[in-house]
Amino acid sequence: MTTVENNAPAQEIGRDRRRKEDRRLITGRTRWTDNQALTGLLHLSIVRSPFAHAEIGSIDTSAAKQIPGVVAVYTASDIGADAVQLPCAWPITKDMKSPQRPALAGSRVNFAGEGVAVVVARSAAAAKDAAELVEVDYTELEPVLDMEEALKEGATLVHPELGTNENAQWVFDSGEAGSGGSATEALSAAEKADDQVVITRRFRQQRLVPVFMEPRSTVVDPSGEQLVMWSSTQVPHILKTMLALTLGLPEHKIRVIAPDVGGGFGGKIAVAPEEVVTLLVAQKLGKPVKWTETRSESLLTAHHGRDQIQDISMAVTKDGIIKGLDVKLLADMGAYLGLVGPGVPILGAFMFNAIYKIPAYRFDCTNVFTTKTLTDAYRGAGRPEATFGIERMMDEVAVELGLEPMEFRKKNWIKHEEFPFTTVSTLTYDTGNYEAATDQAMQMFDYDGLRREQEERRKRGDVKQLGLGISTFTEMCGLAPSRVLGSLDYGAGGWETASIRMLPTGKAEVVVGVSPHGQGHETAFSQIIADKLGVPFEDVEILHGDTQSSYRGLDTYGSRSLAVGGIAMVKAAEKVVAKAKPIAAHMLEASEDDIEFTAGKFSVKGTDKGVGIQDVALAVFAAHDYPEGIEPDIDAHATFDPENFSYPHGTHLCAVEVDTETGFVQLHKYVCVDDVGTVINPLIVEGQIHGGLAQGIAQALFEEAPYDESGTLLSGTLVDYTLPSAADLINFDTANTSTPSTTNPLGVKGVGEAGTIASTPAVVNAVLDAVRQYGVSDIDMPTTPFRVWTAINSAKGTAGRADEADVASPGAGLGSTAKDMPEGGNL
Amino acid sequence: MIPASFDYVRPTSVAEAVQALADGGDDAKILAGGQSFIPVLRLRMGDPSLVVDLGGIAELRGVREEGDKIVVGAMTTHHDVTRDDLLNQHVKLISEATKTVADFQVRHRGTLGGALAHADPAGDLAAPALALDAEFVIAGANGERTVAAGDFFEDYFTTAIGPQEILTAIRFPKYTGWGARYEKFNRVAQAWSIVAVAATVKVEGGTITDARIGLTNMAGTPVRARGVESALVGQTMSEETVRAAAQAAAEGTSPTSDADAGSDYREHLAKVLTGRAVLAAAG
Ligand SMILES: Cc1cc2nc3c(=O)[nH]c(=O)nc-3n(C[C@H](O)[C@H](O)[C@H](O)COP(=O)(O)OP(=O)(O)OC[C@H]3O[C@@H](n4cnc5c(N)ncnc54)[C@H](O)[C@@H]3O)c2cc1C
Repeated sequence: MTTVENNAPAQEIGRDRRRKEDRRLITGRTRWTDNQALTGLLHLSIVRSPFAHAEIGSIDTSAAKQIPGVVAVYTASDIGADAVQLPCAWPITKDMKSPQRPALAGSRVNFAGEGVAVVVARSAAAAKDAAELVEVDYTELEPVLDMEEALKEGATLVHPELGTNENAQWVFDSGEAGSGGSATEALSAAEKADDQVVITRRFRQQRLVPVFMEPRSTVVDPSGEQLVMWSSTQVPHILKTMLALTLGLPEHKIRVIAPDVGGGFGGKIAVAPEEVVTLLVAQKLGKPVKWTETRSESLLTAHHGRDQIQDISMAVTKDGIIKGLDVKLLADMGAYLGLVGPGVPILGAFMFNAIYKIPAYRFDCTNVFTTKTLTDAYRGAGRPEATFGIERMMDEVAVELGLEPMEFRKKNWIKHEEFPFTTVSTLTYDTGNYEAATDQAMQMFDYDGLRREQEERRKRGDVKQLGLGISTFTEMCGLAPSRVLGSLDYGAGGWETASIRMLPTGKAEVVVGVSPHGQGHETAFSQIIADKLGVPFEDVEILHGDTQSSYRGLDTYGSRSLAVGGIAMVKAAEKVVAKAKPIAAHMLEASEDDIEFTAGKFSVKGTDKGVGIQDVALAVFAAHDYPEGIEPDIDAHATFDPENFSYPHGTHLCAVEVDTETGFVQLHKYVCVDDVGTVINPLIVEGQIHGGLAQGIAQALFEEAPYDESGTLLSGTLVDYTLPSAADLINFDTANTSTPSTTNPLGVKGVGEAGTIASTPAVVNAVLDAVRQYGVSDIDMPTTPFRVWTAINSAKGTAGRADEADVASPGAGLGSTAKDMPEGGNL
Repeated sequence: MIPASFDYVRPTSVAEAVQALADGGDDAKILAGGQSFIPVLRLRMGDPSLVVDLGGIAELRGVREEGDKIVVGAMTTHHDVTRDDLLNQHVKLISEATKTVADFQVRHRGTLGGALAHADPAGDLAAPALALDAEFVIAGANGERTVAAGDFFEDYFTTAIGPQEILTAIRFPKYTGWGARYEKFNRVAQAWSIVAVAATVKVEGGTITDARIGLTNMAGTPVRARGVESALVGQTMSEETVRAAAQAAAEGTSPTSDADAGSDYREHLAKVLTGRAVLAAAG
């Protein structure tokens, strides 16, 4: 074994490998949570409130109990679900108002869809049949639907015991923080100055639903020593710890498994009431129990995202230099606080200043309770909202000042030679090059050519008018430096872990604390490990999502898996190599100082003698001969706590064609050049950008979760919640520039949220650019054909939800509120 | 999918199916392609005691020529409609409209008879059937009867088919050589129509000699735009004539207002889309 041929693989990092997990995911061969089949498994169906706000009177379960196969029907108090306090891990202020959030409502429901009772049966069908027969006596209360109304004196209170509908107010002022001047002063100075103006706008971030492909599902098996919960979750580790803290269970008696999970987009960052109900029922009956939601249940009760009113004022010199920015937000929390819900808008506080040098900045956010489904993280969480606000504002101000919108941005952005740059909101951007990304994007887009075409169409008075929109975005991701989280009163750290187990045959098992749900982690992580250990890609297995193997981790969200988890893997690999080195030296009968490690091989400097890392793995397994004072083991574990966030950025350019007769918006061209630092797998990066773009464009054009005046969700099926498919999108022209991050050894930045964060304002800016010529000043998202047409044709030049009837659109009698339909039609 | 439980039969002839419906009473329902019916069961908006599946009745499938008519069996799928040569040649409007229905999966299961019997005001096949003066063949305990399109659609989700009757076939007159266009306006490719216009026109030597126009989702039932039809016939084909004639499109309609469109907007769309549909059909 003194000479091994060099069978080191070619460099894996940067290869566009096909995703190795896709075979089992796409063919449906994997077992999702709902596929877990345990002997004697019982099924749950949750009885939900049709009312947004109501007192619960008596609950009659007798008819339900008569259904054959029904094992039990429980109200909240029967299983103690009303006494549970589901956790919120992010108390953003010391005096934040926090209502008790039960697993099932006991005396009052606070949003339509809240659970009030649960049926347990031998089949899912029997449970569903019986759930229909549970009679709940409700006394309706006034719903609380409008954030501004909710904050007024004398408003109906969602939670009377809190004495207010205000959850918290969170303020950042650069004057007070010392990171800049006072925005209030900058604005009032601008009002007085002849060469400055203050421009104010109000934007709405509509409510969205994170429509993950796999509905949520939970199975709990209480029969073993450890209670086992399978759940379709993004956060198995957080869930385990939170279940222990919330329910007072010993943490070592719980095992949480997130098997393959079919998407999340933030929607599965939760300790869901249904997870707790499933656990409580399983404990009560001592039997395995399963809950799986229907799509309508998911749309109605899984947390929603966005939902803000943004009032933004910018002070600017008439030649286009920004002097100050003032942001006031109202953020709808819904009826309760989710796991990180109150902190979501606060993440935006650091992003309104975006890529610009803004000397004075104030951010003032008020979180409000309403009787709607709660909101929490949704792809981008706080940063898409902020990016939309600032990038819409950049276009509005450019129009007011008569500046070309890209020129206005250039006058104010951080130049590449100014990095690292500490912003007015106190973040230090390590690297970036906005000029490079923009130049490339403008060229790919043919910006000047499209502007000419736009002019020609205007002159001709074409029915289809062209609009161009820009979004030059950055984001903070790779959550997160633990100390920063501590300073924001977040309830956990932001580190991540990885362990590497070197098997006797030389294969590597890598146990990770992040928890993939569709991102392609197994592939990208295997590429990293293959390079760092010098083993073939095929010899690496990534293990995740089971707290028994992966006992320490903080899971997947905030584009952190690679930027934080990936670095833990690199650190663990370095430790493996360090542990293997003295053993290799012993095997080679050389001094450790003379050993070097390259491409999977330890060799003696200046000789052809060497052993592979696989040989060392076998040697420590046999353990017949190894150096004194060393353990026969080269496995390693590492935890990485980042020092900084990572700051991907990019330039997104969108052209739309607006049919001025119908208001229909057709995407015409979309170009984006993103800088995500080092690219591990270009195919996965492009896939993440594409998916992100689809979701961000969907916010601009298609999606909305509106409520009617009684507090009923109007988009309770996928007929009413308008999701685009590939047929509604166009070819995206994507490219990358790369300024590697200097705050992590791989140089990576996050990519998971970039497309979603960047694209929405590019599209809306384009729509407005097409129709401003008709006196249109704003159109609320989604910019539906009806809204665009209304804005063009109404004197006020705007359009939004207020112009629409509170009736879901038609669809086979599938509309959630098909009011006009005779009962069942001829069905 | 968890519907309430029901009994299920799969007859192999129309006679057996009619008998099964009669035996099943008022709560018996017909299952065709299931693309509307199954979702309704799944959402528990309906709970029939008996489901009579027409899927096993071979005589209900297929397209045939009967003299001056093209006859389409009620259980012919949307997909088969779009691929049928007889329809493409003689009743192009129904093929064109069917191509806009939903997506491949739905078109492979959904049926022409099912869509017409369901009579969703936003459904795409009723307006073409009305415009084309289709006849509906309905079988029941007392044998077979034929209903004209004008009498078939009664209200939202309500047709002339009696509770224990079956729609067996749809008969279309031939429109050989007519141009046709179904101009559908919706928000995303798979969505239902906000408004749509079914137009088929005959142009001879630059003159419009005949025109049939039906509107989707402009009332509880499909509406025939007779004002537009008469304004077109006899005119020399030109963009101006067509656009002028299209101004009559909203006459006699009563569109609803919902989250996707107000009634004014629907009326406006009917005019714009009628102009576009006729121009394309004549083109
Ligand atoms: C995702 C999706 C999108 C869709 N989009 C569109 C669209 O854009 N445009 C559109 O027009 N349609 C659309 N549809 C509906 C589709 O066209 C259905 O196929 C059609 O509406 C019903 O046809 P079916 O054969 O599936 O009938 P079923 O669903 O089986 O039956 C529908 C109703 O008709 C009754 N019925 C069926 N056949 C007969 C018969 N022979 N005699 C008497 N009664 C009968 C049934 O009892 C039931 O009440 C969509 C459906 C889905 C699922």
